[in-house]
Amino acid sequence: MANSERDEATGMQTTGHEWDGLRELDTPLPRWWLIVFYASIVAAVIYWVLMPAWPLGNGYTRGVLNWSDRRNVAAEVQALQSARAPMFARLADASAAGIAADPELQQFAIAAGQSAFGDNCATCHGAGGGGAPGFPVLADNVWIWGGTLADIEQTIRVGIRSSHPDARLSQMPAFGRDGLLSPRQIGDATEYVISISMARARLTPDMAAAARGAAVYQEQCASCHGVEGAGDRRIGAPSLKDDLWLYGGSRAEIRRQIEQGRGGVMPSWEARFDAGTLRSLAYYVHEMGGGEPDATPTPPTPPQ
Amino acid sequence: MSKTTLIDTTGRDDLSIDASAVNSKEARALYKKRAQIHPKLAHGTFRNLKWAAMAVLLAIYYITPWLRWDRGDGRPDQAVLIDFEGRRFYFFFIELWPQEVYFFAGLLILAAFGIFLSSALFGRVWCGYACPQTVWTDLYIHVERWIEGDRNERMRLEKAPMSASKVGKKLAKHTLWLLIAAATGGAWVFYFGDAPTLFHDIFSGQASTPAYLFIGLLTFTTYILAGSMREQVCTYMCPWPRIQAAMIDKDALSVTYRPDRGEPRGPHKKGESWEGRGDCIDCRQCVAVCPQGIDIRDGDQLECINCALCVDACDEVMRKVGRPTGLIAYDSYANLERRKQGRGTSYRLLRPRTILYGTLMTAIAALLAYGLATRSDFELNVIRDRSPPYVRLADGSVRNDYVFKVINMSALERRVSIEVSGLQGARLHATGITGGGPVVIGARADGVTTLRLHVTVPPGIEAGTHALRFTARDLSRGDETGSASAFLAGANP
Repeated sequence: MANSERDEATGMQTTGHEWDGLRELDTPLPRWWLIVFYASIVAAVIYWVLMPAWPLGNGYTRGVLNWSDRRNVAAEVQALQSARAPMFARLADASAAGIAADPELQQFAIAAGQSAFGDNCATCHGAGGGGAPGFPVLADNVWIWGGTLADIEQTIRVGIRSSHPDARLSQMPAFGRDGLLSPRQIGDATEYVISISMARARLTPDMAAAARGAAVYQEQCASCHGVEGAGDRRIGAPSLKDDLWLYGGSRAEIRRQIEQGRGGVMPSWEARFDAGTLRSLAYYVHEMGGGEPDATPTPPTPPQ
Repeated sequence: MSKTTLIDTTGRDDLSIDASAVNSKEARALYKKRAQIHPKLAHGTFRNLKWAAMAVLLAIYYITPWLRWDRGDGRPDQAVLIDFEGRRFYFFFIELWPQEVYFFAGLLILAAFGIFLSSALFGRVWCGYACPQTVWTDLYIHVERWIEGDRNERMRLEKAPMSASKVGKKLAKHTLWLLIAAATGGAWVFYFGDAPTLFHDIFSGQASTPAYLFIGLLTFTTYILAGSMREQVCTYMCPWPRIQAAMIDKDALSVTYRPDRGEPRGPHKKGESWEGRGDCIDCRQCVAVCPQGIDIRDGDQLECINCALCVDACDEVMRKVGRPTGLIAYDSYANLERRKQGRGTSYRLLRPRTILYGTLMTAIAALLAYGLATRSDFELNVIRDRSPPYVRLADGSVRNDYVFKVINMSALERRVSIEVSGLQGARLHATGITGGGPVVIGARADGVTTLRLHVTVPPGIEAGTHALRFTARDLSRGDETGSASAFLAGANP
């Protein structure tokens, strides 16, 4: 071992180590530091005993407190769910008017619906129901399958072209792909559809072609979309009179839809949500701004 | 390490005490164990001032939570209350909401300038008289003195072998200290809940866990900081001694030993001439009374809290030996210099620095008072939904959605009518309502009422951002408030 010696200037012992003539003073650690250091060691040992700490081959030491974060979280989730259960139960029996009349229930419905929407629906329909090409905007007042609370809930429950036995089904033929109409006829029909829709202001239809297209329309399209193009919600046929297009509103996109007859799939959510959550989801979508009053409105409760 | 014969100031025969400045920088070697300081009781102007300050400050701290202030039904009647659960701060007639914390920021700035100003004028008066560390340490030392006696007795007790009487005294002292500490922690939590209810709950074991935790924490810190840490808090832990060097200048008053009068110092026997020597008789009374364990004659130093107890001690001695008082006094560097040059003492309290601090404080205080006087208890916050940015409707009109927060800080519910203006054809309405016009709601008292409404603009609106304004009017009181917002319309599909 190296030689420890006394340093002249400070009167302290050196460690005896020497590097190129530099020697190190054997300065003691501050007492407070030592106390904290030993206290930390003691605390660590106590922690090992109390809490889960050491990995074993196929598990770990559990600790005498039997602490488990996983179990605690599960218990908290359980507690939260049972705390919310009464509100969900009330929600499951409430109408749109009934929810609107009860501020507490309304707030709960929107909060619960927003949360469920964000986790499950926003991927396709966009946060806030802004929609995307092929995925309907939910915030507007255009509804393919109906916009009352009951309609919306039914759509969420059974889905569209889903595997649910009661799924909402509609199928637009692919007039071009399947050769049902010639490209010229499709072009004429496109001009006609533009001419009856509000898009006529910006797309300036070829009126001669539109006149020819009217015959094609009445023969092929009117059975579902209606003689005047108003659509039919009972069979999921969109209105053609407005300027809102599920698959895009340019001339080429309208034409492509007649050619291809695209129709998206929305899954059924019945198996995933309980009745209360379904109602909250429907209410949230209803309240995005385009919700329609109940078909048979609940008479307003007379005061007292 | 000087052992000095003292003149008799106590009337007792034990005149020899070992008064050394154990906490001065030189005496405080890095690895040396801390030496216990046993401050002697001083008598005089500044001791009385400290008693008064202690009484007033402790009274404010302990009594404030018990003051009542009627705010009407269902609202807390505690004059000063920080209600975390209800997110309110009550201070007599003022009720602040969380978004108004800038008042606290203003108060903190005011406090900072206050301490700057007091430092520039009188040195560390905050440290010496008002700092909680000083107040509670002083109280603890007083308890210690009451049970164990003054400096000499305490030092003798320290050296004495363990005995029943020594154990009894120590036990009594620590019990009293702990009681004071617990009362300190107890009073703290009263600021955060209804004091009488909490008082009952604490003793019946029904108070919340955080309440007990905070009582425990403050009991612990009070006991440790005022009982055993004492001057070490000021010397090692507190940042202020470091900062204050920048706050004082040559004209700032601080507790100063006047070497021009005192030196050369030395013991003096009765009847001896004062010719050719200083007034300091080196009795070390200034060291004996110092709670910080320093010798003021070493000059201004970081450890000194400017409590001026040494001034009292020295004045008492000077009167005894028949010399003028004020050998240690509130004095400035400038005066030390002036006297060296043979000029008299002069005080300059009005200096650019103090005028600036004073002006800034006045300005901030005026700004706070103005803000408080003109703050409205009725506000409308509007948050435009940005997802989707706008909604195109079947008939070609465009809709934007807004969340309205009607803030009603008054104690009464308001009937509020919300209107939109500034955009041609804009119609404000709730979901499913086709009509337009003002939307009337009830805004609950002392709370925020949130609702989501839509603005629909007829077809033909230009693409881009349009300004619009929402106005909320109280239908019964007639006061109104508003909020500017925007309406966004997109290009055609």
